[in-house]
Amino acid sequence: MASQTEVKVQASKARQVGRDFSDRFMKAFIHVNAFMVVVSVFLIFAFLIKESLPFFQQRSVKSLILGPSWYPLEPSDTFGALPLIGGTLLTTGIAIVIALPLGVLCAIFLGELAPSRLKNVLKSGVEVLAGIPSVVIGFIGMTVVGPLLQEKFGLLTGLTAFTGGLLLAFMALPTIISIAEDALHAVPHDYRQASLALGATRLQTIWRAVTPAAGRGIIAALMLGLGRAIGETMTVLMATGNAANVPNKLFAPVADNSLFMSIRTLTATIAAEMGETPQGSLHYHALFALGITLFLITFTVNTLADLALHRGKR
Amino acid sequence: MQAAAPAPVSSPETSALLGGKRPVWFRIWEGCQYGVLALSTLSVLLPILGISWFLASKGLAALNWEFITKAPEKQMQAGGIMPALVGTLYLMAGTFLFALPLGLFGAIYITEYGRGSWFTRILRLAIVNLAGVPSVVYGLFGLGFFVLFVGGGIDKMFFSQNLPKPTYGTGALIWASLTLALLILPVVITAAEEALLSVPDSFRQASLAMGSTRWQTVWNVVLPSALPGILTGMILGLSRAAGETAPILLTGAAYFQSTLPDSAHSPFMALPYHLYIISTQVPDIDQKIPWGTALVLLILVLGMNAVASFFRARARAGRRW
Repeated sequence: MASQTEVKVQASKARQVGRDFSDRFMKAFIHVNAFMVVVSVFLIFAFLIKESLPFFQQRSVKSLILGPSWYPLEPSDTFGALPLIGGTLLTTGIAIVIALPLGVLCAIFLGELAPSRLKNVLKSGVEVLAGIPSVVIGFIGMTVVGPLLQEKFGLLTGLTAFTGGLLLAFMALPTIISIAEDALHAVPHDYRQASLALGATRLQTIWRAVTPAAGRGIIAALMLGLGRAIGETMTVLMATGNAANVPNKLFAPVADNSLFMSIRTLTATIAAEMGETPQGSLHYHALFALGITLFLITFTVNTLADLALHRGKR
Repeated sequence: MQAAAPAPVSSPETSALLGGKRPVWFRIWEGCQYGVLALSTLSVLLPILGISWFLASKGLAALNWEFITKAPEKQMQAGGIMPALVGTLYLMAGTFLFALPLGLFGAIYITEYGRGSWFTRILRLAIVNLAGVPSVVYGLFGLGFFVLFVGGGIDKMFFSQNLPKPTYGTGALIWASLTLALLILPVVITAAEEALLSVPDSFRQASLAMGSTRWQTVWNVVLPSALPGILTGMILGLSRAAGETAPILLTGAAYFQSTLPDSAHSPFMALPYHLYIISTQVPDIDQKIPWGTALVLLILVLGMNAVASFFRARARAGRRW
């Protein structure tokens, strides 16, 4: 009898030891995993710096950012990213000018006016748009949108900054709409009731009570949409024509306007040239230098978005 | 201090309150505003319908059994997309393999082990930053770190007899999978975290009170309840991975391969990269082929999204606590 109890106690002790071991082991394993996630962010930054450092040892930061021409091939090897930065800013600018008003108005319609069944239909439409791969949008841009614009405006080519910007606007729209709608949704109901009780119409309530209260969220939507548009690669690679010109004629007539000429973005340059570059060459390191420029731009924009969102919550 | 002047009675802001009707011009003005709101919503929606219509009508003409099961022929001007489709499926399997543990255990750390700790805040910050990195920068990182640093390192240590011909130190399925796994990590962790948090604390307390360890609680109680939500996030992440081009362009996607990849360190063909190649670098291609390829890619990606939202809806409806 006594020995039987002892056996049982021993067995349960053994089980307990095994249990405790697996508990500790999993705890350590989970901590390691969480640590790896953090490490990977550092690694991304570290490797961008490591691989772009050889470029900055030979050329100055100023020559990269302000240099007016990008001719990476051997005899000239000139690495001036001004046309590329200009191209990125121009397409992104076009995209935001189109997508921000459209996205916010659409979010207002969805969140404040649409009956719930219509709202569900519209929302799934926006989700579909968010899911379309960028290479498919680029393909549509090349084959449908570009030729259409070329014909309408009588352009030399349909692959222009405007085409790219228009497509980017549609890629940024889902982000802008969903974040703006969340921001509108977060405005307390009292605001609306108070405004309506004062005799304001539904629209006056939206414009003067709800939208201003959601202001920070809308700024965050702008910033995240901006981040999305700056980082987009395949769409602009396929639809902007990829000529590295500095877009400096924004107010010229259509035939001579930079909006309707081919440009080239930072992202498209990296994607198009990396495949043909010998690893370890100056060109290779220059492309990493473009990558870190891009990383810093999007990092800034996303941090601003985060600040806008979290200050807004307080 | 001066008392505020009473608002003029005729103002549209006050007239309704005072029992009067709003003037006609005001009602027309508001009607115009409603019109603008509806019109902007329509102008978001119409292009979506347009894209779907174009892809469906032009792409369906190319779709048939041979298109799915045959390799490209005649310098890719004819034939099918089988190697690209299979390559994308391989890639998704690899991405799943790497993203699942990292994403799942990362989320378990946040909700079960490190709630409110300083490291959780850093982890959250890391995830937010990962989500903002442009996909082409992931590609650069994949090339610099996975392909050249890790792969090149493996070659130097274990395959030095083959050098300078690289074994692992070249673009390959495994490196592209790792890069994509990192890229979808924010989606996977955020969804898993939300699913884990939706399991009520009383479940955990009940399990711990019965003498279970922390891990037994997580494994037997929390995870089963959170599983549908975690899978939803995983599927969403994989659908994103399936459509990405820029990262795999730098880490192992091949222009053309006559055979399927036979090991983790082979280059591979993939649908999005194939679409890019045949629509930009293959002249005189039968135009049906890129449209068909785009349609197959879209069906794959949107199909996975649909499956994910189905799971999510069921998980939410079936919850009984």
